[in-house]
Amino acid sequence: MKGEPKELRFTVNGKLYELQVKPKALLSDVLRKDLKLTGTKRGCLESTCGVCTVILDGKAVRSCSILALQANGHQVTTIEGLAQGDKLHPIQEAFINHGAVECGFCIPGRVMMAKALLDENPDPSREEVRLAMQGILCADSGYVKQIEAVEIAAGKMRGGE
Amino acid sequence: MAKKKVKKEEKPGVILKPEEYSIIGKPFPRVDARAKVTGEAKFAADIEMPDMLWGALKRSPYAHARILHIDTAKAERLPGVKAVITGKDFGGFKWGWSRETRDEEPLATTKVRYLYEGVAAVAAIDEDIAQEACELIEVEYESLPGVFDPFEAMEEGAPLVHDDRLGNICVEYHWDFGDVEKGFAESYLVQEDTFHTPRMAKGYIEPPAIVAYWTDATHLTVHAAKGSPYFSYRILSNCFQLPLSNVRVIQPFIGSDFGGTKNDMVNGDFAATMLAKTAGKPVKIVYTQFDELTTCLRRHPMWVTIKTGVTQDGKLKAIQTKVISDGGAYTRMSPLSNYLTGACMTLPYQLPNFKTDIYCYFTNNPSSAAMRGHGVYHTRFAGDVQMDMMAEKLGIDPVEIRLRNAIKNPKPGKLYETISKLHLATCGVEECIEKAAEAINWKEKKKKKRVEGYRAYGVGVAAGTFLSGAKLSGHNACAAIVRICEDGSVNLMTGATDVGQGSDSIMCALTAETLGIRLEDIDLKRVDTAHTPVDPGTYGSRVTVLAGEATVNAAKDAKRQLLEIAAKEFGVKPDEMEIKNKKAFVKTKPEMNISWERLVRMACYTTPGMVVIGKGQSTRGISVYGLTDFSSGTGDFGTNYSFTAQIQEVEVDMETGLVRCTDNSVIAHDCGFPLNPPAVDTQVVGGAYHPGVGAALYCEFKMDKGLTVNPNLVDYKLPRAYEAPMTEVIHVITNDPFGPFGAKEASEGSTCTAAPAVINALHDAAAIWIKELPAKPEKVYWALKEKRNNK
Repeated sequence: MKGEPKELRFTVNGKLYELQVKPKALLSDVLRKDLKLTGTKRGCLESTCGVCTVILDGKAVRSCSILALQANGHQVTTIEGLAQGDKLHPIQEAFINHGAVECGFCIPGRVMMAKALLDENPDPSREEVRLAMQGILCADSGYVKQIEAVEIAAGKMRGGE
Repeated sequence: MAKKKVKKEEKPGVILKPEEYSIIGKPFPRVDARAKVTGEAKFAADIEMPDMLWGALKRSPYAHARILHIDTAKAERLPGVKAVITGKDFGGFKWGWSRETRDEEPLATTKVRYLYEGVAAVAAIDEDIAQEACELIEVEYESLPGVFDPFEAMEEGAPLVHDDRLGNICVEYHWDFGDVEKGFAESYLVQEDTFHTPRMAKGYIEPPAIVAYWTDATHLTVHAAKGSPYFSYRILSNCFQLPLSNVRVIQPFIGSDFGGTKNDMVNGDFAATMLAKTAGKPVKIVYTQFDELTTCLRRHPMWVTIKTGVTQDGKLKAIQTKVISDGGAYTRMSPLSNYLTGACMTLPYQLPNFKTDIYCYFTNNPSSAAMRGHGVYHTRFAGDVQMDMMAEKLGIDPVEIRLRNAIKNPKPGKLYETISKLHLATCGVEECIEKAAEAINWKEKKKKKRVEGYRAYGVGVAAGTFLSGAKLSGHNACAAIVRICEDGSVNLMTGATDVGQGSDSIMCALTAETLGIRLEDIDLKRVDTAHTPVDPGTYGSRVTVLAGEATVNAAKDAKRQLLEIAAKEFGVKPDEMEIKNKKAFVKTKPEMNISWERLVRMACYTTPGMVVIGKGQSTRGISVYGLTDFSSGTGDFGTNYSFTAQIQEVEVDMETGLVRCTDNSVIAHDCGFPLNPPAVDTQVVGGAYHPGVGAALYCEFKMDKGLTVNPNLVDYKLPRAYEAPMTEVIHVITNDPFGPFGAKEASEGSTCTAAPAVINALHDAAAIWIKELPAKPEKVYWALKEKRNNK
């Protein structure tokens, strides 16, 4: 049941980590407990709420629903890896300036979901933004402002405005 | 319904010249937004202490059972386990919402009353071992027959949830205003219907979490996800017999609350604290969403029978209601929820006669409690849908019937008094209805019956209200401290908690506006009961109105101290001076001025021993026209009252019964004065409109003998981004004299208008009445089928 710890070697926010983890350890738990990257939230542990979303090799994944060892040899980006020093990512800026942040619990996962979307599709339609955002629940349901913030960020990232 | 004059001392301390405000009334970003988008914001589950243990709960597999024996020996022997506790370790302590309702134990000792109630707990070096140890705890139960809805609970001879509570009655109210029989006799049309509102989840994503540790044998510190940290402060003090001075509750960022669970305590809070004491190390317990959705507080399911009499021209003559509600296993906040569900009926329409009987029953379900729109939501839903049913029979337009009944906005300086002695200085409901109807082009929309293939479209209207600045009979202390630092920066300390509604930003803005400085100059310290002033907490839409008043008063006090020094310098009186844009100046001679920084330095350095600390408290939570009287249902439960009108279009799939809200929607909202308009918009849309749409169409806990069958937010069906329609928000400004800068609560009232507006729109589209929420496709499908069969 417990299983002996195995070596996990992966890159998180550009930094290489080597550590011993239990085979059953979830990626979200290793990020939060071992690497102390608590920006990634823990919500439902069953893929329903999406607040644990991180980017794995360019794809948004729910870190509560994959094993840490599945990230072995891969690149992970978390919310902590988004800003360049003091300079926030355009998505983060848009969320602040457009009033898309309320209690903030879903925001890290949501911002990462938006980043994965915009990296792949720099000019999404409203429907495509809605579809991407539907993977993450928000109790405050700031969906309207959040969707608009992603569109504003997309414009900025394309070099407009 | 006499009009009273506003008492002299109640005359507003507000400056009613919004165009002169520097910050208030204009869009400003939230002060905590940066920490939240970078992941730096620490929520309770993110907090870690050196040498910390993980705790886990042993929960009951029965909804109703006697506990015969608990054997913890095997769990204690598991390597890595550092402490094991049971309910008995709490020495018989019981707690509850008020002194009379202390009926719940930290962990059950003799009897469990709902499924998965905590009975024991373990602390271990990691989460896995703690959970494994829980499996090793052996509990012997004697299963008891249970009651799982109020109708079972009220049967003669039904099993008792609490042995000393005969008839399983949790709380009941019987109020009578005017003469309903006379009102019905004088009515042209009298109608009675029964409506049902289901058991609902609060829907927040952050489950409860706590880290507890003892700095020594008599000093306790907890970091916990609490929307009202001073509840925990008092309860922990009682439970562990500590002076309040030794209980330190530190508030992290809070991932929403919506009333209820994060107001008070969960099994895990008590368990973590006791485990920390036993093990001598910090202990952390984090609930999963499964724990939250199967054991934590939910909205009361209610059955509302409402009888209404109206004149031929649609004027309300009398309303009589009978409300049956399911309080769940423990009393918790049921007395208040059920009070509000009755008391709100005299708003927002003029009502001359009202009678109600309210019964809340104990059942073997998880306890019910406040949820956004507390109590008001249920009966206002029934009232506003029935109003449309009656308007149709009378041939009166739904907007028109509401305008005919709406309470008019009192003239400045006058008060409107309802039959149950609620007092309104402002009431924008009429303007809300008019503006909403105008914005959506109501007359045109109603004329055109839209059917496109198998899809039918309809529009519906609803109006509503909510209290703001809840008036309490105890624990009203609410204060703020504004400390001016020597470099001109400012610390603001209040006991108020921002659970996501944005009150930290509002408190900073009120301080900056009052002091005449910038928002960036203010640094708010979140609640730490060792330092911040005691406060009731975040519920009853009280924070902006009451903590806001305290904050303005504290800032005024600090400003007065500074102006005294400035006035001396210029040889004028303090009240001849003002501070604006970080400059103190003589009002009549603005060239006589001094910069904020210099003035502060002068105050701190040249006046020996001076420390500029402004103190302020709220007074309006207690200064009243009559305290709420629970036995008669009279008196103000709010300091002031917000109003909302909502118009919604729905699209109905006539083949499948699927109902969708379209983006043709408008909410006109009277929050007195929007202190930060975009924040009000976001709250109205997200914190009120979408949960309201969820209540109308999607959200409902399914239960099977105390078991929550759909304990995840997908099967429960919280609206997602694609089920969240856009809406237009219109601000109706009424500048209430009892709120800071004219403000009343924002958006809690708007959560009560979506459900009736949607159900009324559904009738407009498909000519069916859904009286049991939510209007899920199967319900709509069968109603459509029945209608076709009856033709």
